[in-house]
Amino acid sequence: MAEEKIRVLIAKPGLDGHDRGAKVVARALRDAGMEVIYTGLRQTPEMIAEAALQEDVDVVGLSILSGAHMALLPKTVQLLREKGLDHVLVVAGGIIPDEDIPKLKEAGIAEVFGPGTSTQTIVEYIRNKVAEIRRSRKNA
Amino acid sequence: MFDKEALKKIKERQEQWEETTLQQWLARLPERDELFRNLSDMPIARLYTPADIPDFDYLEELGFPGEYPFTRGIHATMYRGRLWTMRMFSGYGSAEETNERFKYLLKHGETGLSVAFDTPTLYGYDTDDPMAEGEFGKCGVAVSSLADMEILFDGIPLDKVTTSMTINAPAAILWAMYLVVAEKRGIPWTKLGGTIQNDILKEYIAQKEFVFPPKPSMRLIVDTFEFGAKYVPKWNTISISGYHIREAGATAVQELAFTLYDGFEYVKAGIERGLDVDEFAPRLSFFFNAHNDFFEEIAKFRAARRIWAREMRNRFGAKDPRSWWLRFHTQTAGCTLTAQQPENNIVRVAIQALAAVLGGTQSLHTNSMDEALALPSELAVRIALRTQQIIAHETGVVNTIDPLGGSYYVEYLTRKMEEAAYEYFRKIDAMGGMIAAIEKGFPQKEIADAAYRYQKEIDEKKRIVVGVNEYVSDEPITIPIHKIDPEGERRHRERLARVRRERDNERVRQCLERLRNAAQDEKENLMPYILDCVRAYATLGEIMKVLREVFGEYREPIII
Repeated sequence: MAEEKIRVLIAKPGLDGHDRGAKVVARALRDAGMEVIYTGLRQTPEMIAEAALQEDVDVVGLSILSGAHMALLPKTVQLLREKGLDHVLVVAGGIIPDEDIPKLKEAGIAEVFGPGTSTQTIVEYIRNKVAEIRRSRKNA
Repeated sequence: MFDKEALKKIKERQEQWEETTLQQWLARLPERDELFRNLSDMPIARLYTPADIPDFDYLEELGFPGEYPFTRGIHATMYRGRLWTMRMFSGYGSAEETNERFKYLLKHGETGLSVAFDTPTLYGYDTDDPMAEGEFGKCGVAVSSLADMEILFDGIPLDKVTTSMTINAPAAILWAMYLVVAEKRGIPWTKLGGTIQNDILKEYIAQKEFVFPPKPSMRLIVDTFEFGAKYVPKWNTISISGYHIREAGATAVQELAFTLYDGFEYVKAGIERGLDVDEFAPRLSFFFNAHNDFFEEIAKFRAARRIWAREMRNRFGAKDPRSWWLRFHTQTAGCTLTAQQPENNIVRVAIQALAAVLGGTQSLHTNSMDEALALPSELAVRIALRTQQIIAHETGVVNTIDPLGGSYYVEYLTRKMEEAAYEYFRKIDAMGGMIAAIEKGFPQKEIADAAYRYQKEIDEKKRIVVGVNEYVSDEPITIPIHKIDPEGERRHRERLARVRRERDNERVRQCLERLRNAAQDEKENLMPYILDCVRAYATLGEIMKVLREVFGEYREPIII
């Protein structure tokens, strides 16, 4: 049986209008054969968690360049978990200082992709991680 | 300019050269496997000669600086008369911190101010609005009321320094705050110089900090044109911006074409209001990006001047030569800064800034090396400013006007940029103008395509980005990273609460009500009503709430 397509929600939390990276990543994931849903701008953590639930995604990719990541990203993960979406892989990208990354990881962001990351790196990471998550859910 | 006989000889000699000298070289040393294309994806030839611009007409295409079509520059003396304004875009945290940064920059030789506002301010929310969560002071300074504006410009001579404000949807309100600060200090508005960005079309296209739908947005903009022409004659009431279009991933051609077309829309809107084009057009200004491809950028700036002069004269019938001038600010390209080996950014910025100067800019911001990591530190911003001072005082490029004019390559490329821009104009004309094109998602899609293509070229190493996909190093970053004072937000919120407590709230209510009524009547100019709200210390969020209720909010088509 063919492997089920990976479904990804790309979201822009907060008031940040910089959507170049989000769109480039969305296209790259789509070109890599994934199903991609893009939320558009100005999403609150609540809106993102709700969309993730409705769209039944495997991955949520959060793009943020405004500097508000410490306020918005952990909150988004928390809301996802509250909705029972424990299996959803959450990754982030944007302008995020190195020193914030351990704190974000502790809050449940699996990986942070900074400026200069190639799209292949992101594609491969998501493929491997989702495969891992799917395997462990099957065995559970 | 070249006589036919001479051109024929050049062509013959070139053919000979290709068959002999060049062939021998290629046989021995083939050309590198490179794209040899510029960032607009135009193929670039090995060599340019007069044969590439055979019908070149000096007087028609270049003329003289300060004269139509201004290709060589809008002023007759250019930098021999006055250097460009060194204007560093800055702002973070609370008004106190940014005021301190302004004074620091002025002390180090900056010649104009440029304010960056934080995202809640850009969207017209007060800092304590739930939508503003986590955003205070991150991308700029927070200004929620006149009280913040008073502190922001404390001790700065508003009649001597010009100020540019990057503000769009709520531009009329922030401008009103600035005007009231001057008023309270007894400085007449006729002495104020500066710019509000106030360019909503590029927000829909690229920067995405829109609030209202296009129609009421255009009305507010024309209100500022009309008000400015009458009461603040030295103020640029708009800065028609390609910068953000480029940052969103556009090519140089797209930046040029979409920006100028946005300009046409604003001129049309002013004329439709019944304004005389020569009354407001001299106060329209522009803002471009200086990206990496050196000659392409210079050609873009030169083409922009030529197109604008022609269209203002022919399409819109402007008669005052000042209406034909394309005056522009430039910022080096933020999107070219790398987080890896950030010191390399100093070099990128220097080269981009040089392109802006050779392109004839009126004002310039140079990015700081650390901006892919954080807001600029004092050290980084000082080096960025010094870069401009080095170009101005040490390189000698300011000694003569348009030094690249007449270069076969630059003239060829200037023409190509121009032709490619007109191709876009025709497409947008056919769609019924820029607003219709935006609603169709046309410019957004063009930009997203270009951004994706560019990223793929980098991922596939068809384009080298030093320190990112080649010449990579694992050495840790050692430059200092700027931190925002955590006390700033508390200070700001306390001030906001105090303003709401101490002002005459009945007066505020009445001012907001009068604004609401005026907003509902399309014939009213809203500036006087906004000024009254500001004088009464109505907050930005309160004023914007009234306008949001009357005008509604824009929802963009989602385009990947």
